[in-house]
Parts: sequence; structure tokens; C-alpha cells
Amino acid sequence: MSVLRPLDKLPSLNTATILLVGTEDALLQQLADSMLKEDCASELKVHLAKSLPLPSSVNRPRIDLIVFVVNLHSKYSLQNTEESLHHVDASFFLGKVCFLATGAGRESHCSIHRHTVVKLAHTYQSPLLYCDLEVEGFRVTMAQRLVRVLQICAGHVPGVSALNLLSLLRSSEGPSLEDL
Amino acid sequence: MDSYNVPESTPSASSRPEDYSVGATPLQKRLESIRKQTSFIPTPPRRKVPQCSQLQEDVDPQKVAFLLHKQWTLYSLTPLYKFSYSNLKEYSRLLNAFIVAEKQKGLAVEVGEDFDIKVIFSTLLGMKGTQRDPEAFLVQGLILSPRLECSGTILAYCNLCLLGSSDPSTLAFQVAGTTGACHHTRILSKSQLPSENREGKVLWTGWFCCVFGDSLLETVSEDFTCLPLFLANGAESNTAIIGTWFQKTFDCYFSPLTINAFNLSWMAAMWTACKVDHYVATTEFLWSVPCSPQSLDISYAIHPEDAKALWDSIHKTPGEVTQEEVDLFMDCLYSHFHRHFKIHLSATRLVRVSTSVASAHTDGKIKILCHKYLIGVLAYLTELAVFQIE
Repeated sequence: MSVLRPLDKLPSLNTATILLVGTEDALLQQLADSMLKEDCASELKVHLAKSLPLPSSVNRPRIDLIVFVVNLHSKYSLQNTEESLHHVDASFFLGKVCFLATGAGRESHCSIHRHTVVKLAHTYQSPLLYCDLEVEGFRVTMAQRLVRVLQICAGHVPGVSALNLLSLLRSSEGPSLEDL
Repeated sequence: MDSYNVPESTPSASSRPEDYSVGATPLQKRLESIRKQTSFIPTPPRRKVPQCSQLQEDVDPQKVAFLLHKQWTLYSLTPLYKFSYSNLKEYSRLLNAFIVAEKQKGLAVEVGEDFDIKVIFSTLLGMKGTQRDPEAFLVQGLILSPRLECSGTILAYCNLCLLGSSDPSTLAFQVAGTTGACHHTRILSKSQLPSENREGKVLWTGWFCCVFGDSLLETVSEDFTCLPLFLANGAESNTAIIGTWFQKTFDCYFSPLTINAFNLSWMAAMWTACKVDHYVATTEFLWSVPCSPQSLDISYAIHPEDAKALWDSIHKTPGEVTQEEVDLFMDCLYSHFHRHFKIHLSATRLVRVSTSVASAHTDGKIKILCHKYLIGVLAYLTELAVFQIE
């Protein structure tokens, strides 16, 4: 199956799976390592992919959260993300997809304008997070944040659902984004 | 078609809170917008293609010829406080005194030839976009006289004439003894020799200008002169000394202006779009691939007529360049390269762009080759400088 659907598999007991999609292998690997180091009540599984669609031959668990990592230094990663987004089912965008923009710290290396990524996240109604994944401290903080979001998306936090979280994040965005 | 209103993005983003404060000065309006945190500045989706401007025709090409074909380092400069064009001689005098004092301190020691500089201020007419822009002015450092302490070069010169002797202390005695009047006169006139052709030669040049800087001019009060773009050519130590003097005297701040890859691709598209009578240089791009242990550089050279043909096939509205057209232009180049070499150039960093009109490096170095589009190039650089200041 070429399109990822959120509810096509049964969930495994006490397991939360995250899929990181991005062209920068080294950064994804480091982020995955940071996430696995976190203390978490549920069992974490981190899958890394360069692009979607994923090969269907592999047996994988249900994916609870997809994070698209866009490197602001390379247009290639943005194009890759845009192409991969076609292979994600629409019902995933109800809180189970997140965008992560890295590389904003070094302004002189940026070849994508920040505005482009903001517009992309706004089109897909998903939250956009900024993190310089090359810096150790920021990466650890982002890993903690992603683990929390993942637990909510997997349903392991009582009282909060992915859709709940999404509407909470959306309401704190400024009115200026409406003018895009 | 001949309107010079470059669609500036900054006023549009902050115009909404301005509508509510009637009668406020521009400075108050700016503070208002900052307080409300409407700092989201969208990139202008379209820009005017640089064309031959009216003001350019008033300027004699010979006068601005010295600005072309030189490598300039870019700086952005905050507005100068209480600067007046009538005091230029006074400023020259003060700056000369400052430079002499600094050199005597011995802090700026250069290896090799060290010349005393005499600084001259002058206005550059015609380097502006609209009538509102302040006049550009030029600071030139001319050679005054060579320093006598640094005679290392002079000795080396004499060494070439003699055979065998390598000890400088015995040099003078030996030469006096040998035949050859020409050697003798060289030693005697050691203070005059280097200055024969060099007196009055320009050693360091820097110029301040503002082209189409409307967004900055609106927000600044009367005492300030807005010249956000500073271009310098010459030794780095001289730039530092002169910069320090300006910072002390006019309460302004210099910061080096770097050009990121996004802006370089805009420059490439705009300069390819310019019509040039004869192409002096090939259109060349340089990319830096970040890979360990050493970064790899990829250089891509295109015949300028082919680049222009590609641009013409993409370009729709005459006189305006949009973001989509720039992206499409660069994507065409990337996909062509990918087809032949299977390398994704979009994953690398654009470092240098050079066309027949001008060439720019990401570190903030620029060289302008065509005097017709001088104003257009400066307009874009002014926009970048203003953006950096804000």
C-alpha cells in the first residue's frame, strides 16, 4: 500500500511508534538517539525514512506520529518533503503530523525562506517546530517535546487526544498567519 | 512602466497598526508595530527588473568607471547622526588626524609596505534611486609618503643588483666600493624611489550610498542621514580604523553584510534578465557541498546567451520578476545538472554567482561589471542592508 493510513493496523500494547522523514540521515539518526534516551513509560519505536512511500515488504507497527524534517539550508529537502506528503492519507493530518524546520540558526546558509515552510505547515494545518538539530542542547529539548507529543498521539495520556492537542496548538498562533 | 516604486514589504506588514494611529510620527508608528509584534515580514513575491534609470543618464560613465571591476566588501550601516555634506573638508581633516594617531599607536602593523594615507571626502553625484535618497559620498585614502622605518623592501631591491653579498649590514660599504654609478644613486635616493610613481595613488576606497531606501527614510527623523550601504575596497586594517572613526563621530554601527543563498539565487535571476549588449563574462555559479573531511566545490559555467534564452522562456510579465520564476529558473539548472551528473545541487549551498552584470559572493563581496545596471544592483543591495538593520 502506498498511502499511509493512521488506523489500518491494530495498536500493540504500550507501544508508541514515530516516523521521522527527512533527507539528512545524520541529523535524523542523532534525533532518534536522543529520543530513545528519554525516560518514557511506554515503549518507543523510532522509524527513519528518507522519503515516502515506504516499502510495503517490511512488517511495521502502526505509526502514531509522522515528523517531516525540513532543512532550511537545502531546497532538496523541501522538495522531498512536498513529494512525500502526497503519500500520507488525509486523516493523518488530524494531529498526527508535525513539521520540524532545522538550520534556521545560520541565516547565511539558508536557501529557503522561512515563510515558505510556514506556509507549508499552514496549508497542511499541522504544527511547525523550529530546532537546530546540530546543537546538542536544542536537540535534547526537542526530543523531549516529541516524546510527549508522541505519547499523546498514541493515546497513552488519559484525557488528551491528538486532535485536542492540535486545536490547542492552533489557537495560540497569532492572527498574522491568517493573512497568508 | 517607469515607476520606481519598488514594492517594499516592510511598510505593508506594519501598515495595519499604522492605520489606527493617526498623526503619529513614523518613528512612533514603528515602535507601535514592534510592540504589537507584527514582525512577520513576508518576502516580496515580485521585484522590478533593474533597468536603466533616468538618474543614471545624468552621471558621466567615466566618473563612475572607477567603481566598476573592483571587488567591494559590503557592510550595512545604521543611520548617521548629524552628518552634513557641507563639512566634508572638516571631516577629512579629523579623519586624517585620527589615522595618524592610530598608526602611531602601532596597533595596525602591516607586514610589507606601510604607507601613510591621506583621506579625502567627496560626494558622488547620481548614485541614488529617487530624489528622496541622500547623496552618496566617497572616502578615498591616497598615499601620502612611504614610511622610512620599513625599508625591508628597499634592501631587497638593492640585493638584486649585487652579486654574492647577502649580509645587509655590509651592503652599503660594498656598493660604495663597486663600480656602477647606477647602484650608488639607488642607495642614496632610497627615500625617493618608491614614491616616484606612487604619490597620490588611491590605496583605499570606501563609499556610502542609499538607493531606493524609502522604507528606512520614512522612519528616521531629521537629524539622521540614511546611507545604509557601505562598500569598501582596500586593506582590512584601514577599513577597521576608518570604521571606528565613523562609529565614534556619528554614533552609527557597521556590520558585515552577508548574502544568503536565497538572495544569491534572486540576484542570479535578476542579472540574467538584464539585457546586455555584449557579454563580457560567462554566467557562473559556485556551490559548496558540505561533506567531510573537506568541503567540495562545484562550479557550473553557462554561456550567457543560453542563460538568457532560458530566462526568456520562463519570464512572463515584462519588467517584473516573481518568486516562482526565480525558483523555476534555478530548478531548471538543477535538473539539467542532475541529469548529467546525478548530483542534487539543491541539497548544496550556493556560494557565488557571477554574470556579465555583476558577481556576488556569499561572504559579502561584490564586483560590478556593467555601469548600465549599477543603480539596479545597488538597489537590491540597499534592500538587503536595510533588512539587516531592521
